[in-house]
Amino acid sequence: MDLFEYQARDLFEKHGVPVLQGRIADTPEEAEAAATAIGGTVVVKAQVKTGGRGKAGGVKVAHSPAEARQKAEEILGLDIKGHVVKRLMIAEGAKIAQEFYFSVLLDRSNRTFLSLCSVEGGMEIEQLAVERPDALAKIPVSAVTGIDKALAMEIAMAGRFPEELIDSVSDVILKLYDVFVKEDATLVEVNPLVLTEDGQILALDGKITLDENSDFRHERDDMERDALDPLEAKAKAMDLNYVKLDGEVGIIGNGAGLVMSTLDVVAYAGEANGGVKPANFLDIGGGASAEVMAAGLDVILNDPQVKSVFVNVFGGITACDAVANGIVGALNTLGARASKPLVVRLDGNNVEEGRTILKEFNHPLVALADTMDGGANTAAELANG
Amino acid sequence: MAIFLNSDSKIIVQGMTGAEGMKHTQRMLAGGSNIVGGVNPRKAGETVEVEGKSLPVFGSVAEAMTATGANVSVIFVPPAFAKQAIVEAIDAEIPLAVAITEGIPVHDSASAWAYNVEKGLKTRLIGPNCPGIISPGESNAGITPWNITGKGPIGLVSKSGTLTYQMMFELRDIGFTTGIGIGGDPVIGTTHIDALEAFENDPETKAIVLIGEIGGDSEEKAAEYISKHVTKPVVAYVAGFTAPEGKTMGHAGAIVSGSAGTAQGKKEAFEAVGVKVGKTPSETATLMRDIIANL
Repeated sequence: MDLFEYQARDLFEKHGVPVLQGRIADTPEEAEAAATAIGGTVVVKAQVKTGGRGKAGGVKVAHSPAEARQKAEEILGLDIKGHVVKRLMIAEGAKIAQEFYFSVLLDRSNRTFLSLCSVEGGMEIEQLAVERPDALAKIPVSAVTGIDKALAMEIAMAGRFPEELIDSVSDVILKLYDVFVKEDATLVEVNPLVLTEDGQILALDGKITLDENSDFRHERDDMERDALDPLEAKAKAMDLNYVKLDGEVGIIGNGAGLVMSTLDVVAYAGEANGGVKPANFLDIGGGASAEVMAAGLDVILNDPQVKSVFVNVFGGITACDAVANGIVGALNTLGARASKPLVVRLDGNNVEEGRTILKEFNHPLVALADTMDGGANTAAELANG
Repeated sequence: MAIFLNSDSKIIVQGMTGAEGMKHTQRMLAGGSNIVGGVNPRKAGETVEVEGKSLPVFGSVAEAMTATGANVSVIFVPPAFAKQAIVEAIDAEIPLAVAITEGIPVHDSASAWAYNVEKGLKTRLIGPNCPGIISPGESNAGITPWNITGKGPIGLVSKSGTLTYQMMFELRDIGFTTGIGIGGDPVIGTTHIDALEAFENDPETKAIVLIGEIGGDSEEKAAEYISKHVTKPVVAYVAGFTAPEGKTMGHAGAIVSGSAGTAQGKKEAFEAVGVKVGKTPSETATLMRDIIANL
């Protein structure tokens, strides 16, 4: 989960990383009030999870509360690369002497943590890595021993900070590592980390990605999350693993890999059937009970774009007869709401028993498929019809 | 010969007395796995009757190993306690630990892995968030349906559970030496490469199926490894061509970030080193059939 800038700022502050005042505002009035509370020059910043805010007109300086209100009016509602601005952060102005870069992240490829550091900040890190690779220090960090003062100093030195800044910068690095570990982040990035004219090191703008698997040990219930598509919200409320896509063939399967594979196979089948595409990702898990099947079908059939549904289940732990009973139960529960053709492909344990159950159920909308590829074809044809 | 797990393997189950642990202990026993006990510090000293077998519960992995000679542990401990369970297995230096648990925070997996490295990698870790490992006809450590396939000449390594089942089921008339589900998390123990190396060295394995999915660079690294070190035929399958950027597709690790981790990139990496990539699971199975027929 990627955080908004203001959320990152708040987590920095919580862990003692030096930051400037920042207040959120959802209306021009709130922006004016925030600017009054902060006092002096402020920066009005669009809260969107994309780069290039400044160029798109999403970051503006205001010298008075009235000007903050006016800038807020200009920025709220802006479309920045497909992200419409609904929230602003009003940040205290800073007199910047120099801009730097620091991040610590999960290095998946090497199964460890990695810190990146450079005295040359202010540009996109990808650009720095390409144009000035020597200027970007990459120091591995052990997930057991982490970053201590000595390593923090080593990182700052490798990033080519001048000697007089090593001590203060390494202190900030230690606190940023605290954020990374204590908040269960997979990325903590500060760009820019700045030196102010009065000699302070500050985290001026930050990006944090949190690991959702760690939600159980944090209080994140009230945290603003990305606005979900209504169907995604409904699925989430039912504890379903659902991702809305832009297509016509609804997909239900068990197991993440098999469902991803099903989307691909349906997309191939769509190439020969008017270009229809998968409408969603929905993994009902190994269990595939009647309740979960009904909940899943309910979400998918509520998608007005869906014209047919492909149920692709491999009976492993849960045998196919149990899955077939789940489908029967789901269709009985849904009654008239089950209004679109359903292509069902079952394979694996007790496949014959499962198919027999569905044949005997003899529902007018249910068609059985012998293979995954065949089922995908039929579903694509039905969606194109 | 199977890899990593065979008929001599003696298995303990960490979290055996929990609902998932008990259900799968039963299944593993029914499939012929040699389960010799369980671990639960709060129930140490008790005995549990499963499938007509009386299984002792031990206070720790080390105790269980001393008492039973166990050399494999399957971990069904819930996410909040899974790191401690893996660390305990590493401390006991059990040769193989299979972490089935889904939803472990990645900081926990990363620190458990770093700990394993620090301790000299005496424990082979498989998973987490995986179906485990099965050597058909010999032993099964995990949740793969034991009767899905029989013994044969194919080795399989996969990030996905159900795609593993699918592939094993499609090729069940040919059979497998060993199938390993390495898991769909960002940080895992055994990798595609580890499995490829072991299959290459296993005289009974004649050909290898590799299943990958979007996210990370495990498949790209595997392709490079194959070009340098694998002489046996390999076919691959990659899931997630239609996955949109930035969306997690079920598995915590299955996410395309920018231009990195795409299915297309992985497919091209395999094809560049001469590994055929099936467009669908069934096409992949057909490719394997052709290879076996021409051995």
